[in-house]
Amino acid sequence: MKAKAFAYPYIFWMALFVVAPILIIVVYAFTSSTGSLTLDNFTSMGGSYLTVFGRSFLLAFIATAICLLIGYPVAHALAKEKSRLQGMIVMIIMLPMWMNFLLRTYSWMSILENTGLLNRFFAAIGLFDLINAISGFINNTFGTHLSTDLEYFEMINTQGAVVLGMVYNYLPFMILPIYSVILKIDSSYLEAARDLGAPPRTVFRKVVFPLSLSGVLSGITMVFVPAVSTFVISDLLGGAKIMLLGNLIQMQFLGGTYNPHLGSAIALVMMIVVIICMTIMNKFGAEEEQAVMF
Amino acid sequence: MSKELIRLKDVSMTFDGDTVLDNMNIYFNDKEFLTLLGPSGCGKTTTLRIIGGFLVPTSGDVFFDGVRINDVPPYLRQVNTVFQKYALFPHLNVYDNVAFGLRIPKSVDEGGTDINSESSGRGKRKKSKKVKLSKDEIDQRVQEMLEVVSLKGFEKRTVSSLSGGQQQRVAIARALVNRPKVLLLDEPLGALDMRLRKDMQQELKRIQQQMGITFIYVTHDQEEALAMSDTVVVMNNGKIQQIGTPEDIYNEPKNAFVADFIGESNIVDGIMRADRLVEIFGRQFQCVDSGFEKDEPVDVVIRPEDVDIVDVTQGALTGLVTSVTFKGMHYDIIVDFKGFKWLIETTDFCPVGSHIGIKLDPDSFHVMKKSEYSGMYGDYSSYSAEYDEISDAEYQEEESVDEEEYYES
Ligand SMILES: Nc1ncnc2c1ncn2[C@@H]1O[C@H](COP(=O)(O)OP(=O)(O)OP(=O)(O)O)[C@@H](O)[C@H]1O
Ligand SMILES: [Mg+2]
Repeated sequence: MKAKAFAYPYIFWMALFVVAPILIIVVYAFTSSTGSLTLDNFTSMGGSYLTVFGRSFLLAFIATAICLLIGYPVAHALAKEKSRLQGMIVMIIMLPMWMNFLLRTYSWMSILENTGLLNRFFAAIGLFDLINAISGFINNTFGTHLSTDLEYFEMINTQGAVVLGMVYNYLPFMILPIYSVILKIDSSYLEAARDLGAPPRTVFRKVVFPLSLSGVLSGITMVFVPAVSTFVISDLLGGAKIMLLGNLIQMQFLGGTYNPHLGSAIALVMMIVVIICMTIMNKFGAEEEQAVMF
Repeated sequence: MSKELIRLKDVSMTFDGDTVLDNMNIYFNDKEFLTLLGPSGCGKTTTLRIIGGFLVPTSGDVFFDGVRINDVPPYLRQVNTVFQKYALFPHLNVYDNVAFGLRIPKSVDEGGTDINSESSGRGKRKKSKKVKLSKDEIDQRVQEMLEVVSLKGFEKRTVSSLSGGQQQRVAIARALVNRPKVLLLDEPLGALDMRLRKDMQQELKRIQQQMGITFIYVTHDQEEALAMSDTVVVMNNGKIQQIGTPEDIYNEPKNAFVADFIGESNIVDGIMRADRLVEIFGRQFQCVDSGFEKDEPVDVVIRPEDVDIVDVTQGALTGLVTSVTFKGMHYDIIVDFKGFKWLIETTDFCPVGSHIGIKLDPDSFHVMKKSEYSGMYGDYSSYSAEYDEISDAEYQEEESVDEEEYYES
């Protein structure tokens, strides 16, 4: 009885801040501005909307994959490094997270801009002169028409820049869950595997990796979900060219094309697709755990 | 039987300046059942970990079949371990836990012999190629092993759903299925109840003899050690106290520690008056021990079951019964001899407060040289005042002891 009473505030909290907003979104998505029930919000999503959907999921997927490729080895190395160094490195990974998100992304802007830090650095070391010279040489010898007036690499406002922004901002969310899961793996399992004849690589493949899968799954979720719905990163690093779902939704609520009903519908579809993705992944993950054994 | 397989030579292990193993010298024979016995923290697990390859000794060498293997990693050693805390893989079911070792491709010599049955994998790595067992063969061996540990039908169970005893048996199966030359068992029966423990003791002994594997067995249960082993090694504080057959260890303990740790012992101060003549409590007794200096102070062990109770008028020594415990087969009685309390096993009921006499045959005495453990063990009262009193006491005729003194303790 008592335990139940303790749960009431929690239930209230959940209802207020989790269930209610979702309900509101559902209601908005299935109504028009006049308040009548309609499916128009969904049927009107075609063509360019699909492109944005595709792009959002693709970029988020790439960013998540890169985060995993970088994050797993880092987390693994960190968890094995047993010293004060370990704590320090974790601190260093955490540190950027304490800085304002916008500020971090703005700084990437000034690094990647056409007249930004990186391009000025390339210019300073004569990279562009070199490339121009090579292009000129090729033009002269083969009669081609390569441009010889390269002054900067176009880095800002590209999909690459958006992915970079995602990786930079969300990498800690990949590293930390994996790190804490690997850290908790009892060393006796590793010893048992070695005892049974497993060389280091097999120990990793058959014991460490399967046992760290839960960390990998939560890492993927924690990177993919914010990445697929971000609008700040694509806004700042992708410019108007790289529109993502987040931007699309934001426009419906705050932008010129004010239409919260359409915005809710997009958000709902996105949510459902994400949930489907995560369910498939978790299922796959569970099977993977089995599959690793063979 | 007597071919030497493993040898630890001058092995010491130090953790942060803490000496855990102190200059250990020991060898293990092929197909032998050897037990490391000692109190908690004496370095038994550490010894196993050195043999298994998980620890490199601070100093000293480990030899396997005459080859130094200090630097050979665990996965290349022909040794498998049943860990003290099982260490079953939580992400695998029973079957896959047992099959784990079999599924790892093993190096095979040019001659075609398995790494587990012949001499590779000991550092001198020969020309070898990896060979995988077929699925059928793996299945056959896993099933066979599950049968041995009576876990047929548990293949698909997750390890977390097993009871402690079942987990322990999976751990045993997982190690044994690889047919190692040597199996290290770190208190493998610790979690089992009495009955299952007895069954598994016999089962393990049978497996060991049937498969012809060297067992190095760790326990702090002396009964288990005596019942199962060919050789018992008694350890304390990282030092070997005695190595011998169970009979040797029980009948001829080397010092007070061993005498106290193995079975029940009354250990009293004595003086060797001559060969085969020992004096305790001021009385001289015939014994069977010789080879001591004349008048050499010694420790004398008298096992509780070797004491005959007689009428108080006929006793060589007389004492007062202070406590009686019924043990089923017999009574354990505590008898006070001038403040020194003995444990005596008897089938006769002697009520508390009765005076009894005891008779001692010559072969009920076991005389030991004095050691660092002298005076620390073998008195069945709480180690308090009377221990000092006894060792300093001038022995007098026991008849003169008055009633008051009996109740002091
Ligand atoms: N890695 C380590 N670092 C520091 N001290 C250790 C380490 N491993 C063991 N010790 C110490 O070495 C001593 C012997 O430990 P060991 O595990 O060998 O004891 P044991 O005889 O197996 O005891 P038990 O019967 O309780 O298992 C203990 O005092 C323990 O604290
Ligand atoms: Mg131990």
